[in-house]
Formats: sequence, C-alpha cells, structure tokens
Amino acid sequence: MAASTGAERPTVKDIFNSMQYGPAPEAANIAQAWLDSHERSFGHFIDGKWLKPEGRQTYTTKNPATGESLASTIQGNEEDVEVAVAAAQKAFETWSKLPCHVRARYLYSIARTVQKHQRLLSVVESMDNGKPIRESRDCDVPLVVRHFYHHAGWAQLRDTEMNGWKPLGVVAAIVPWNFPLMLLTWKICPALAMGNTVVLKPATYTRLSALLLAEICAEAGLPPGVFNVVTGNGAFGEKLAVHPGVDKVAFTGSTEVGRTLRKATAGTGKKLSLELGGKSPFIVFDTADLDSAVEGLVDAIWFNQGQVCSAGSRLLMQESIAEVLIHKLKQRLSHMRLGDSLDKAIDVGALVDESQKKTITEFVEEARAEGAGVFQAPGPIPNKGLFYPPTLITGVDTTSRCVREEIFGPVLVAMAFRTAKEAIALGNNTPYGLAASVWTENVPLALEVALSIKAGTVWVNGHNLFDAAAGFGGYKESGFGRDGGKEGLYEYVRPSWESRPHPNAEDVTYKTFALTYGADVPPVPKCNSITPSVIRQEDTEVPSIDRTYKLYYGGAQKRPDGMYSRPIYGPNKDLVAYVADGNRKDVRNAVEAAHKAAPGWGKRAAHNRAQIVYYMAENLELRRDEVAQRLSVLTGNSKERALKEVDLSIQRLFYWGAYCDKYGGTVQETLLYGATVLIREPMGVVGIACPDESPLLSFVSLFAPAIVRGNAVIVIPSEKYPLPALDFYQVFDTSDLPGGVVNILTGGRDHLAKYLVEHQDVQSMWYFGSAQGSKFVEWSSAENCKRTWVNYGLSRDWEDAQQGAGEEFLYQATQCKNIWIPMGEIFAN
Amino acid sequence: MYSAFCNLGWISRVQVNHPAVLRRAEQIQTRRTVKKDWQAAWLLKAVTCIDLTTLSGDDTESNIHRLCFKAKNPIRLDLLEKLHMDDAGITTGAVCVYSARVKDTVKALKQSGCNIPVASVATGFPAGQTPVKTRLEEIKLAVEDGAAEIDIVISRNLALTGQWEALYQEIRLCRETCGHAHMKTILGTGELGSLTNVYKASLVAMMAGSDFIKTSTGKESVNATYPVALVMVRAIRDFYWKTGIKAHVNTRTEALLFRIGASTLLGDIERQIYHHVSGRYAAYHDLPMA
Repeated sequence: MAASTGAERPTVKDIFNSMQYGPAPEAANIAQAWLDSHERSFGHFIDGKWLKPEGRQTYTTKNPATGESLASTIQGNEEDVEVAVAAAQKAFETWSKLPCHVRARYLYSIARTVQKHQRLLSVVESMDNGKPIRESRDCDVPLVVRHFYHHAGWAQLRDTEMNGWKPLGVVAAIVPWNFPLMLLTWKICPALAMGNTVVLKPATYTRLSALLLAEICAEAGLPPGVFNVVTGNGAFGEKLAVHPGVDKVAFTGSTEVGRTLRKATAGTGKKLSLELGGKSPFIVFDTADLDSAVEGLVDAIWFNQGQVCSAGSRLLMQESIAEVLIHKLKQRLSHMRLGDSLDKAIDVGALVDESQKKTITEFVEEARAEGAGVFQAPGPIPNKGLFYPPTLITGVDTTSRCVREEIFGPVLVAMAFRTAKEAIALGNNTPYGLAASVWTENVPLALEVALSIKAGTVWVNGHNLFDAAAGFGGYKESGFGRDGGKEGLYEYVRPSWESRPHPNAEDVTYKTFALTYGADVPPVPKCNSITPSVIRQEDTEVPSIDRTYKLYYGGAQKRPDGMYSRPIYGPNKDLVAYVADGNRKDVRNAVEAAHKAAPGWGKRAAHNRAQIVYYMAENLELRRDEVAQRLSVLTGNSKERALKEVDLSIQRLFYWGAYCDKYGGTVQETLLYGATVLIREPMGVVGIACPDESPLLSFVSLFAPAIVRGNAVIVIPSEKYPLPALDFYQVFDTSDLPGGVVNILTGGRDHLAKYLVEHQDVQSMWYFGSAQGSKFVEWSSAENCKRTWVNYGLSRDWEDAQQGAGEEFLYQATQCKNIWIPMGEIFAN
Repeated sequence: MYSAFCNLGWISRVQVNHPAVLRRAEQIQTRRTVKKDWQAAWLLKAVTCIDLTTLSGDDTESNIHRLCFKAKNPIRLDLLEKLHMDDAGITTGAVCVYSARVKDTVKALKQSGCNIPVASVATGFPAGQTPVKTRLEEIKLAVEDGAAEIDIVISRNLALTGQWEALYQEIRLCRETCGHAHMKTILGTGELGSLTNVYKASLVAMMAGSDFIKTSTGKESVNATYPVALVMVRAIRDFYWKTGIKAHVNTRTEALLFRIGASTLLGDIERQIYHHVSGRYAAYHDLPMA
C-alpha cells in the first residue's frame, strides 16, 4: 500500500500487485466557475435579487477538506432582517392568494430546475461542507428533488386535503450545517406549498448551497420575495426569529439553540417547530443478520461523519452476540477510507469546522481517560483538512458522558443488554427521542420494540432512511413538529378561523411568576358570608351534610398537600363553595398517578377507550339537570343556557369517543419497498389548564380529545368556575375510567400550570389562561423542549365545532412516529 | 488442507436480511470506484480471475482451441506493452468446459504453451438431477482426463427441503472423488429460494471441503447478482474467521470476485484497456475474438 501516502505515483504493475485504491476525484471546475461568476462574493438574496449592503462584516466560507477559501459572504444586521421580512410580507399578499394549482406549478418547476443543476448543487455542497460527494450526490440532492416534487403535490391538494387550515404568513427558517441544502428544503417545501413565504438563514459554515438554490428558484420563475436567503451569525438568526413580522420559526439544529429560540419567541404568538439533537439507539438482537447490522451501523453513525441528528450513536447489543458483533465491526472499520470530500471512493469526509473536531476529540479522550476501549479506523488520514477517524468506544456505560450526550461526530458507543425489556429501557434512557433502529429477523419483537421506543422515527433493519412522504422529528428533547409527510404540513398552517395572535404579554418576571398561591383569594372565613345549606327532615330543618371538593388523582379524591381551601364565588360575589387549593406537591403526586396509568391506557384497545367515553356521556346525562343547575348558580347564566352547555358537553364526549379508533395513523407512500407506517402515538402525560369561559364545555373539550388518543391528563379546571369539572369525579368513577387517566387539580391556574410545565416528566402543556401565563408556559417549556399549546390570553368560542373540536385538538393530542419496515425475500425462483 | 465437519447448529442460526443485503449491494457499487491506471490494473486483475468458459452443445475442438489461445493471450500484447504489463503473465484463471471436452482443452492449452488449469463442470451440470453414482463417475473421468478443477453442482432439492446434513454428505463424496483436483461448488443460487438458503448452502459447501463456492451455472433464470455474491462472500469470511480456512468465491456473468465465469466480460475488459491505452473506443474487430 506504498502509494497511499501519495508520495510517488505507482505503476500499473504496483497497483496490480497491491490492489490499492487510487484517487477518484469529482471535477470541481463547474462549481468553481459558478463561484467565479459571482466574483466569489455573495450578499443576501432578497426579493428576487442580490443585495449587498455597504459596511457589513464578511465571513469567508472554506472547504473543510482542504482549507481552501471558497467565497466571501456577508454578516447581515437588523436592517437586513427588516428588508427581507418586508419583502416576504409583501410577497405573501399575492403568493398566499394564488390558486393551489399555480403554486403547485411553481414548486414543480423548482423540482425540475433543481434536477437540471443537481450535480452543481452536489459539488458545491460537498466543497462547502466537507461531506463525501457520494452522499451529496446520492442522498442529499435526490432527497431535495423528491421533497420539491412531493410538496408540489401538497400545494396542488392544499384546499382539499388541508381544508379548514390556512397559511401563517412569513416563515423564518433557520437551518444547520450538517445537511445545509436538504434540511432547508424540508422547511421551505411545506412552507411554500401551504402558501407561506420564507426568509431563510443558512448556518454560518455552509451558506453556498442555499444561495445557489435561491438563484435556481429565481430561474424556475418563483416570484420575488417568496423565498429569501439572508446570511449572518447566530445572533442575527435570533434577530430574524423575534422580528414581529415573522409568524413562524422553523428550526433545525442543536437542542441548546432550540431552547434559546423557544425562550426568545415565548408569548409572541409565533408558531415554532424544533428539530433538535439526538442520541439514537441502534438495537441489535441475537436474531439479527449481524453482517447487515454492521453495514447498518456504517449508515447510522459514519454517514456524514456522524454529523447527523438521527445518527445511531448508541449501539445496544444483546449480550449473547456482543463479542461477534464487535469483532465484525472492527473488521469493517479497518476498511473505511477517509479523504477529500470530492473523492468518489471515500467513506468519510471532513468535519465541518475545527471546533467540531475539538469537541469530538474531547469526548473521545475523556472516555479513554475513563478507561474505555477506543478503537479507531486504522486507515490513513489526510495530513491536511479536518478529519477524524471513525471511532468505536466500548467498556463505557450509562453514566459516561459519551453515552449520555450527543457527540455529533463519527463516534459510536457500544453497550450490552440481556432482554428485550432491558433493551427498550436502555434505548429510552436518554432525554432525546429522535430516532432508533431495531435489528432482528423476529417480526413480533421488531414491532414491539418499534412501538416501545420513544422516538419520532424507528427503522426496522435499517437506519437513516428518509423520504419526503414520511415526517421526521423528535419526541422529548429532540423537539416537536415534523418535517415531511402530511403531518409536516400542520407546522405551516393555522385553523382558518384563527388570526395570528399578537398578544401583549408585557414583561413577565419568570423567576417569581405564580410562585405563591392562595393569597390573591384569601380563604378567610367570614360570618354570614355563606348561607348554610339546610334540608327539611319531617318538620325540622337540619344542616345538609357538608360537601368538600377535594383534589382528584389516581382515581380517588385527595386532600390538598397544603391543606388550604380556595373560595369560589358566584355571580353576586357570594361565596358558593370552597375547593382544594393545590400546590407543587399535589402536581408531583398527580403526575406520578398519571404516569402509572398512562402506559396501560395508551395500550388499551381503542374500542375499550371509546366505550368508557360513551359511558361518561351516559353518566353525565343522568346528572344533566343537577350539573346544569350548579352551572347556572355558579355563572349566573340562565338554566336554559346551562342545559345547552351540558348537552354540548355530552355531544362532545360522543364526538371524541368516536375518534378513539379513527386516528391511529396511516401508511406513508415513501420510496421504501415495504411499509412505512405512521403511528399517531399519545404524548404521554398532558397538563391542561382550562379557561374560565364555558367552564364545563371547555373542560370536556380539552380533556376528552387528550384521553381518547391515549394520554393521561392532569387538568386544572377553570380557576373561577371549577365546580362543574368536580362533578365529573363521580362521572369518572362510575364510567370504569381507570384511576390516574384523568386527574384534576383545583387552585390557582398559573401556580399549578407553572409546576406542570416545570415538571420534566409532563410531555405536553396546554394552557388556556392569560397572555402572561402563556408567555411563561412557552418560556419555561424550553428547559426540556416540552410541546405546548397556549391561547395567548385570547378566548375562543367553545360551542363552535371548529374552535371547540377541530382537527387541531387531535394534532395536539398526538405525536407522530414513523416506522420503516422494509420487506423482501424473493429474488429468483 | 480442506475442511471436513458439519456444524448444523451454526447453519440453523444463520440470519440473512434480504432488504438490508440489497441496500448494501447497491451501496457497494457507489462507495468505490477506480480510475485511470488504477482502473487498468484492477481490470487486468479481473482478467486473471476469469474462468474462460464455453458450455455449449456445439462445442468442438476448433472453438475450444480458439478459446484456449484467448485464455493464454486475453489482452492484446501491444496494449499490455504500453502498460508495462507484458511480462506480468496475464492469462485468464482457467478454461472451463464440459467434461467430454476436457481432453481437447488440455491438448489445446498445451499447444498454446499455457499452464493454466482446465476446469470441468461435472455432476449432472447444470441441474444436478442425475444419480449420485453417475455424478461421481463423471468427476472421476474428468480428473482422469486432466481436469485440475471440478465444478460440481449441488442438489438444490436437498437445500430447498432443508436436508443440510444430506447435502453435506453428498458434497463430501464429491470432494473425495475429486482427489487432488480443486473442487468448485456451484450453488445454483437462483434456485435456492432465499438468501438465507444461499448462506446456508455456502457454509455446507465449505464445511464439506470446497475450494471455491460458485453462484450459479449460468443456466438458471437468475444467476450471479450482487446481493448473492455479497451473501456468499460474507459466508466465506465467517467461515474463515471461525476455522482459519479460506474458500473462494466464483460467480458467473456479473460480479468481479476472485473467479468470474463470464466470458463476454473479457471482451468488455479488453475494450476498456484499449481505451485506456489509446484514448479511443475499440471496434469489435480491433480485438481478437475468443
């Protein structure tokens, strides 16, 4: 292998004898000519033209495999954000009103034009990012094309398939450097298809393919201002995100930046989707084809130098095959080739930046110091450029930092498990939940693991398969929202009846918000403030038996931890009742109870859940008069109106009962030979803070869709009018609802909501209260990237079928998991 | 040295995931490429791996004579000279014929001054549906006539019905009958029903002492494909890791692994070499036919 150092050119005979590989360079002359045509200097692309304002700092983008400077780009500032957002807003006026068919033609035209320039895009991408040309040519760019075609279809079908939804306005897309072109496409395709316009900020390291795509879109005839590209640093991205003219922020990147964006946009009424990091398990059972699993690992962790959010970075091996698998894996590693990203015969290219290399090195050296086994691909490493060898770490365990944290490099950690149950537990023992793969020839095992892993994508006997027709996105701290598939469209629309909220939340002091409870409505006993309830027994009046409204969790009524009560007043400020005033510890207990119930409830047959919800309707109807009476006394509304609210609530139980077995998922029409199955899974435990309007109907409208889809809920009923919800205790108890599925905590809405949203093990928070509370919930959810649904202090008409029971409720009650199940056995006779 | 053991437990544990194998087989073709001198060198290596073959009802002394001369001189001498490979002894790996033509082949090769082995197909090639007794007799006669390599075909019926031990015994008998000749076992992969069976048959063939395992006869409806070759190579690797014994793979018509049973491939390679040397694409008449 003398020639691999490149010192002297081997003869044909040398090669014949050694069977070595030689250079196989992809020509870069056309990409270089494109850069030259721009004099290697780029500005923003706004409103259909290049804009290079004076006085901006510049950033020189480099080829990480060679260190060669490629072009100078500019660092935008606030003014540039203004110009770009204004252009997008102006374009939205016409773009959003185009007939669907016309928008479809534009997207189709982009797909075609991208195809015409696909090799140029691939070469530019590999030069700018360092990824192997094989990957940009065979993976990234074909997926880009596929996304445009697929979404040209969604553009055409929007009014049919997305009836009841409308575009948002201006979308700010902020994308990372690992798949610069592909990931931006995942944002702009659904955004444009639904009628939005886009301002895109590519990552600092990798700006060129986005700028090239802007030109290509213009060539395809996309109207000016519909798709704008601005360049700048991270702070510039945040400026774009918080611009009041931006209606939605679509982000892919690190969990840390995702948190920052969640906080920065909290309470503004902007929609947000986050596709964040991962530490995805790659689970190999003793029934797996181990050779195929090894190749799967190559795709899982050594694809794109491991700089893949869904990288299969945690290898979990059944103990019985661990030794063989590691042996095979080391063999495979010894055949990996590193080299220039434009070499067609390499497996691993260059890392994007020096800082990446430094972080990866730190992780590996820390593991080594910890006593781990570190095996690195022994092949030669080019002496210039940012290369890091594919690495396998063994002998570490769940406590090691390299096992818990995302390395975002070509580093695999391997651990053993004994049983399927343990594999699932280890697989889920991470704050992330982006993806997973399971390797076995045992179908029942594969499916059970796929359903039990909490992640947005699970591949069976494969890893890192993508397609425009299947949504990609995370559970847990891997974010929320999906890129791709019909499920991805919902990130770029709002219900037709709703207008963009512009809440005035003012400044919320996060540290002290709703920290205390009770003092705002002091439960100070007063003489004569309450008329004692009496009943007549024969001739004498006796006081009726006291009714105490306690908390309700785990299927039983519980006294509040603080042992305080909260007065509830009627329309004439008269004290109607006391309810329990819940606090932090009650939240803790209720969440425990909900988690006990959630798995069983989620797995229960949908038919069975429906029966229980219908039974609730039946039992509510038995109490129709009594509940209406109490509602009327409490709110001061007429008995007639109260009855209507009860009847609507019964209807709604029926409506959601019907949905128990009709929203489980669908089959996605991806390019896979096999089945890609979308499963709409429950979120888990959902916290729900109910509004004061229509206190019974809003309560039912919120908890019912959540539980029919298999969630367990902790509901804070209307702070002002909680009593109708408390009447439900008996409805629940008599309807065979398992304890812990619905838990009710009365008290201060914001106080309880605060502790729900701050609870790391509450998967989603629905908040219908004030603008400030909404802002607090969104801000505080950033900590564990919890999904939230807030009303920004705006009320809705709960009686209206769309506002009170639209598709939105199902969307909020579920999270999408795509399971990829390749098929095939037949090849000849 | 060759192997002689039958480990049924190992065979029963074999798992092959067909879709994943297809994915890898597709990827192999895009992960590596060789250009320029590397391409020329690799192509010449491929030439040395070819079993230059004729297996036709109309084979006679004359076309076998031509084939043997082509086996000796697979690439035009002036092209090899330009590559400084004229002294590298580039010939094909073997010449492969029906057993009745072994004598003609041995004679022609001798005439051409070439000492490459003569391979003979045997054992009821291609279907293997003849009695074991006559199959063994065929091997014996071919070896007597001077075949240094015997290409046997396995009984697909035994593989399809899961009679791995019986298959092992049958191949063992062939092995013993081959004596000093190399035994190349043709699996007839297109008739094995699944890649798992391909893997298992590969293992059984190696356990029974095959020097080579071959994909197919070229007469099945599906012959050598990338996925099949991949599975067989993996079996060879596993076998080597477990036993330290290296078998070889031999594929017919397409793949480029160790021995290649594709005679038309030689023409394609020679044209590529012509282009590499001259920069021009050759006409068929520029190169001597086989």
